[in-house]
Parts: sequence; C-alpha cells; structure tokens
Amino acid sequence: MTSFLFGKLGYGALPFYSAIATVAASMVVLGAIGVVAFITYLRGWKALWTDWLTSVDHKRIGIMYIVVSFVMLARALAEAMLMRAQQVAGYQSPGFLPPEHFAQLFTTHGTIMIFFMAMPFLIGLYNFVMPLQIGARDVSYPLMNSVSLAFTTAGAMLMMVSLCIGKFSTGGWSGYPPYTELAFSPDVGVDYWIWALTLSSIGNTMTGVNFAVTIYKKRAPGMHLFRMPLFAWTALCVSILMIFAMPPLTVATLMLAMDRYLDMHFFTNTDGGNMMNYINMFWLFGHPEVYILILPAFGVYSETVSTFSSKTLYGYTSLVWATISIAVLSFTVWLHHFFTMGQNGNVNAVFGIATMLIAIPTGVKIFNWTLTMFRGRIRMTVPMLYASAFMILFAIGGSTGVMLANPGFDYQAHNTLFLVAHFHNMLIPGLLFGMLSGYHYWFPKAFGFRLHEGWGRTTFWCWCLGFIFAFMPLYALGALGMPRRSQEYFEGAYLPYAIVAMFGALIIGFAMVAMIVQLYVSIKDRAATNVFVGDPWDGRTLEWSVSAPPPEYNFAILPEVGGRDTFFADKRHGRAYRIPQHYEPIEMPANSPLGFIVCVDMGVTGFALTWHIWWLTIGGLLVFAIAIIARSFNRHTKRIISTAEIRETEKRWIEAFQFEPAIPVEDEVTNLNRGLARIPAE
Amino acid sequence: MIQASPSVAARNIGRGGQDPSRHPGLNLHPHDGEAHEEAEELVFGFWVFLMSDLIIFSMLFATYGTMLDALAGGPGPHQLFELSSAAMETAVLLVSSFTFGMASLAMKYRQSVGQTSFWLAVTLVLGLIFLGLELHDFADMIAKGGTPSRSGWLSACFALIGTHGLHVTTGCLWIAVMLVQLKVFGLDTGVKTRLLRLGLFWHFLDIVWVGIFSVVYLLGLAP
Repeated sequence: MTSFLFGKLGYGALPFYSAIATVAASMVVLGAIGVVAFITYLRGWKALWTDWLTSVDHKRIGIMYIVVSFVMLARALAEAMLMRAQQVAGYQSPGFLPPEHFAQLFTTHGTIMIFFMAMPFLIGLYNFVMPLQIGARDVSYPLMNSVSLAFTTAGAMLMMVSLCIGKFSTGGWSGYPPYTELAFSPDVGVDYWIWALTLSSIGNTMTGVNFAVTIYKKRAPGMHLFRMPLFAWTALCVSILMIFAMPPLTVATLMLAMDRYLDMHFFTNTDGGNMMNYINMFWLFGHPEVYILILPAFGVYSETVSTFSSKTLYGYTSLVWATISIAVLSFTVWLHHFFTMGQNGNVNAVFGIATMLIAIPTGVKIFNWTLTMFRGRIRMTVPMLYASAFMILFAIGGSTGVMLANPGFDYQAHNTLFLVAHFHNMLIPGLLFGMLSGYHYWFPKAFGFRLHEGWGRTTFWCWCLGFIFAFMPLYALGALGMPRRSQEYFEGAYLPYAIVAMFGALIIGFAMVAMIVQLYVSIKDRAATNVFVGDPWDGRTLEWSVSAPPPEYNFAILPEVGGRDTFFADKRHGRAYRIPQHYEPIEMPANSPLGFIVCVDMGVTGFALTWHIWWLTIGGLLVFAIAIIARSFNRHTKRIISTAEIRETEKRWIEAFQFEPAIPVEDEVTNLNRGLARIPAE
Repeated sequence: MIQASPSVAARNIGRGGQDPSRHPGLNLHPHDGEAHEEAEELVFGFWVFLMSDLIIFSMLFATYGTMLDALAGGPGPHQLFELSSAAMETAVLLVSSFTFGMASLAMKYRQSVGQTSFWLAVTLVLGLIFLGLELHDFADMIAKGGTPSRSGWLSACFALIGTHGLHVTTGCLWIAVMLVQLKVFGLDTGVKTRLLRLGLFWHFLDIVWVGIFSVVYLLGLAP
C-alpha cells in the first residue's frame, strides 16, 4: 500500500476515526490559520522574518523557545483533562475515548510535556538569562543556537501534524519495544514518535554543547566559576547532562527505527533481539533527563528566593556542590526504572541506595533556601509563591521518591498510579512551578513591563490547588492498586478519587486560562507597568544591570566582576549606573535564514520519513547538507554596531535611570515601579 | 579577521621563519591574540561535541557487546569476516591520519595552499579507498548470508561499523568542501580553524576504528 509519490499516505490518514480526533485536528488547523491571519492583520510578516525567524540573538531565540513551550503546554494540558475525564467516565463503561485513542493521548501527553513543553521552556529561560548573568554578549555559537531551536521546533511541528494526519504512537512516552516494533505497532504512530524525539534530542545535544562552552569561555572578566549565580551554575550542570544523556536517546530511537524500517533485530522478540538494551539506553538518557528538568527550577528558586528575601543566598558553596552532586549521581541510578525486570537483588539494592542518596543534596538545597528566607525581608510576590509551594510539595514528592527507591516497595507500586502521582509531584512543583516562577521573574526583563500581579496570583492558586486535587488522589489510587494508563475499570473504590482528580485537572485548566488572560491584561496595561530602567525587583545579578528589554549587545561595556551578587554590591557601593566615558564598536553575529530553512526542511524530512516518502526524505537531507555547506562559504557573518548607534541606544536608558523615581521594594508590585529600585540604608 | 598586531607577530617567528601566531587555535604560544581566543572557543566546542559523539559510539559498542551471542542460528564472525580486508582498512585509515597530519603541518609551517590541498586530497583518496573496502566487506558478508536483518548480532555489527562509515563519509564530504574553500579563500582564519576541527574529527574516527578493529574483528576472529 505504498506509492512512490505519497508513500503510505492516503485518505485513511485523515482524522475522522473519532469525533474528538476530528475536533482536535480542526483546532490545530484553525489555530494555524488564526495565527497567520493575526500576523497579516498586524502587518507583521517582515518584522517576524527580520526580528525573529532569522535572528540569532540569544534573547529572541530564548523567547521563541518559550512560545513553542506554551503552545505545546496548552495542547498537552487539554489531553490531560480529557484523560482525567475518561477515567471518571470509564467506571464500568467504555466512556467516550476508545482504548486506542486513550493510549495515543497518554503517549502524546508524556512526549509533549517532556520534550516539547519542559525542554523548550528551560532551554528558553537559559537562553534568555544565562548569557546576561555571566556578563556575555551572546552564546558561543549563535547560529547553532538558532539551528537547535529549528530542530526542536521541527519536532514540535511533527507532533502537531500527527494530530491531523495519521495516528500517534500508543506505546507511551518511553516507547518500550517490543510493543513499539512493527509486529505490534504496524501503523505510522511510532514513526512519528521516533522522528519527533530524534529531532528534538539532536537540538538538545547542540544546546548542551553551546551552553557549556558559553559558560566556560564567555564569562565576563572576574566572573570566576564560584562567583556565578546559581542559575548559571545549574545551566552548566544541565548542559553537561545534555551532552552526555541525549546521545543514548538518539541511539535508542534510531535503533528502533532501524528495526522498523530495515527489518533489523535490536529489540525484537525474535532473531536475537534484546529489548533490555533499549530500556537501558532509554533510561541512561531518561534518568539524567529528570535532573535536566529539575535543576533549572532549582536555579530559578535560588535566584527568586534570594531576591525576594533581600538576602544573599545562604550556603552558596554547598548549593553549588549539591547541584554538582545531583548531576553526577543522576547517571548512577537509571536502573531503578526497571527494578522489576528481572536483575538480581544485589543490583537492585545498589541502584536503590544510589537513588536514595540523591535525596541528600536535594535536602541540602531545601534547607539552604529555607535559611535564605530566615530573617529575610520576604515579599510574597508571584515567583515567591511558586517557590514556597514548591518547597512544601516537593518534599512530599521527594519522600514518595525515597519510598519508590526501595525495590521492595517498588515491586508493589511500580505500574500503578502511585508512580504517576510521584513523578507529577516532582515535575509540576519541581519543574513547571520553577519555570513559571522564572517566567514571572524575568518577564519584565524580556519585555520591559511587568506581568499583572493579581492574575498572576490567580494563576498560581489554580496551579497549586489544581495540582493538589489532581495528583494527591493518585497516590491513594496507586496504593489501592489502580494500574496506570487504565482506560476502563470495574473497581468502585477508585471512582471517588478519580472524580477528585478530574476536579483538580479542571482547576489546572482554569490556570491555563488565567495565564492567557494575564498575558492579555499585562500587554494592554504595559504603559503603566513599564520598567525600562531594568531593575524592578532590586535584583542582585548582572542581568538586572541593563535596560529592559536589554539592547541587542547586552552590555555596552562588558562588566568587571568582583564577587557574587555583583550588581547588588555595585548598587550598595554606588558603582551601578555609571555612565561610561566612551564606547567602542561591538561585533555581533548577523542574521541568518539557516535556522528557518533547517526548521522547515527537517519538519518535512521527519514527515517524509514517517510516511515512507523516500524521494522527499532524500531531498530533505540533501537540502540540509547544501544549506550547511552554502553557509560555510559565507564570509559576512558578522556585523558591527557603531559607536554612534550604541551611544544613541544607551542615551535613552541613561535618561531613564536619571529621571525615573527610585522605589522601595514594598512598592515593587504597584504602578510606582518604574524599574529603579531604591537602595535601603545599611 | 583580526590578526595579532605586527609587533607581537614579529616576536613570535617560529621554525622555518614562519609565524606560528598566524595559525590560531593551537596552544602554540601565549601571544596569538584575539584570533587565538576565537579559535580556541571553536575548537574547544568541537572537542565537547566529539565527547558526545563518543557516547554514541559507546552505546553502539555496548550494544554490540551484549549481542555477541545473539546469532539466532545465523553466521558468525568466523564465517563472515576477512581479517586481511579489515587489516587493510586499518592500514589505509591510519595512513590517512598521517597524511592529514602532513596537511596540518603544511598549513602551519609552510602556509602553503598547494601543499595543504595536496595532502588533503591524498587523505580524501585514502578515505574513499577505506569506504570502498568497507562496502566490499559489507557486500561480501551479505553474499555469505550475513545480512543486517539476519540476527541481532549482525544488526549490531552493521550499525556499529556503518555508523563509523557514515562518519567517514561525512569526513570525506567535509574534506571535499575544504578543498574548494582552500581554492576560494586560501588559508584565512575561517579555513584554518575549520581544518583544525576537521583534523580532530578525522583522527577521532581513526581512534574509533582502532576500537572497532580490536573489538569486532580481532575479538571476533580470536580462536
């Protein structure tokens, strides 16, 4: 049933197999049309092209990552709500989702949340903040940065296309063979999953290399490693984790692809295949991935807790070492993901203990943040609310993690909702709250105005309560023995908990709505909440020492760093906001369409591979090679920003900080806040 | 691009009257200036990339190791491998690393586009011979019934050797591009740093091949 022109693609691929699939596909199509119409209405195509799609500015790339992340969050959240509703409707009845569709939903939900919501969000935050924090003008490889975004976005596009054309994998986000082998999953779903993951993991590997080198090589004079803000430290550890943890995933998915496309036998049941190889490689990636997800949030909390407590971070050195320990230990525990798959007890014991050890550095961190708050001047702003909720909820998640690290307990709970409750308990307060905390914290820096505080609080409470209602019942359900990924069940005791969980999911849905409203309201009121001077929270680190949004070149004069919390110390000692005597021209990378070309090309290639359209696959790979080679012949990759241009840009900012009123931190959430913090007397 | 100032360059005259500071990117001298720093960042990043590439090969080696017995009744190393052919591939690749070294020296001390291109071309030819031998090996194995889909072991074997072959193919393409760039740009900083990275890549492939030769061929054919 494959044709030369269209491969396996036919009318059967259209999403008319269920009403829900049709509606979802229409929403994607209508959404795309809506975005195109909106950009046309704003006459924004030219600006979109020159300011965004071809930009290699780390700040803009960071923002684009986060946009991708929000779009994907909305989709994965809708899927989560559908699944919770099905588990209420599925008591002694088939409910409204057929089993196969339910299985697609939990697969896309997991895949999207990890690879296309969490990863782009944290990479986006790092992209925006980290170079500013270490006093750099850009990342080490700006063009590669935009190509990394291209790969991630191509993967995300493939996920969206899978909603409209064909079906997605039913094999879960971890895609265990032999179920995902051709013998058991003959349609293209698994292929969508393989190429979406492969594309995003290639992008993430490049990001890892880029960020690690940036931190090693691009720090401002005096910014020793042990003077870096904690957020930058987590960026370093996360980058190293990405460099080493992403390749195993790439290898695992490509081997699965070879099994499926070339009839090989890596993970098949027959002819010498060994699916444990897949599972080992997947979790060699998957476990460090957990810490790739969580360390950025730890970084954010370290910044927000310190800033909003008006105190230096307590135990900086121990926090750094805790971060490093977690990064190292994360590579020693992957086997706890398959305690029950038949290795001997001693192996399980070793990995169980290694797993529990991670609780120690994590505990160190929690104590450090708590002690940072102790006797601080705490302001319960939105980022701080997220941080506080995190510390309480994460401790619960951590305790259940230690429970699961015990192989004996794991035998009881491993395939139940207890596990689902545990990792959501880690990832929602641990990752998502962190990202949202960072989103509120750095938004004014990125756009020059603050987010609406009231709607921010509403969003927070919806997220927090929604999370508690949605996931605490799952612990109980897991303890009662309800298997994960159940589409239908007959045990009456499960139903009440399922109803509470659905209620929680509904509240989380409101959180998403509140976030969109907040963004709308904030944009509408942006004149009143303008913080152009750039320091709305009495910040401590270098990113607050420039205007908001920062100029393209970040720093007109690269800062000299004399210690930790540089900017804060400078403000105290009257060294901040000094007007330089003269400026020098700055060399910045020129815009390039390469990222955009790669994004479209890789999206098309992934699609062609999925549907076995070979001419298009070969064409796509050729275009990729030609684009890269052609770029290597370009000798005009830099542009010089002239002294006059810099002086003009800086003048506006200098006038702003000379004439805006300085406000005390108590007024920081009011409209008095113009981005200049008043230094309190010692 | 930015070069070290003449006075600095004058102090750094190296062997053969050539100026080593004009070859950025190697830790030859502390006075290579900004060009050196820029090159260092590029080369260091490439080292980091190679580390992650090495993880890919480690995964393939590990998979191969676990699948030594996964013959599924199919042919094994003794039926499929020709030690003489593998030895020849090894020799060709090792010599190609040497010729690449000659290209690097020509670039560094002679500053000669002609000699650099010559040695690169020799390297390219050797790389292509290697690929030809490898393809011949593969065809030979398949003719003997050792197709990649015959058994888990053969899948792992083809994946490991094939991935290395794919890297060599990329390397050959890269050399070809660099030959054109040498013609177009001469030995400017961009070309130099790119050749430096290509060199790392090429020698890296040599090292991986030594692993493959030892683990796949020698271990496989050991009595």
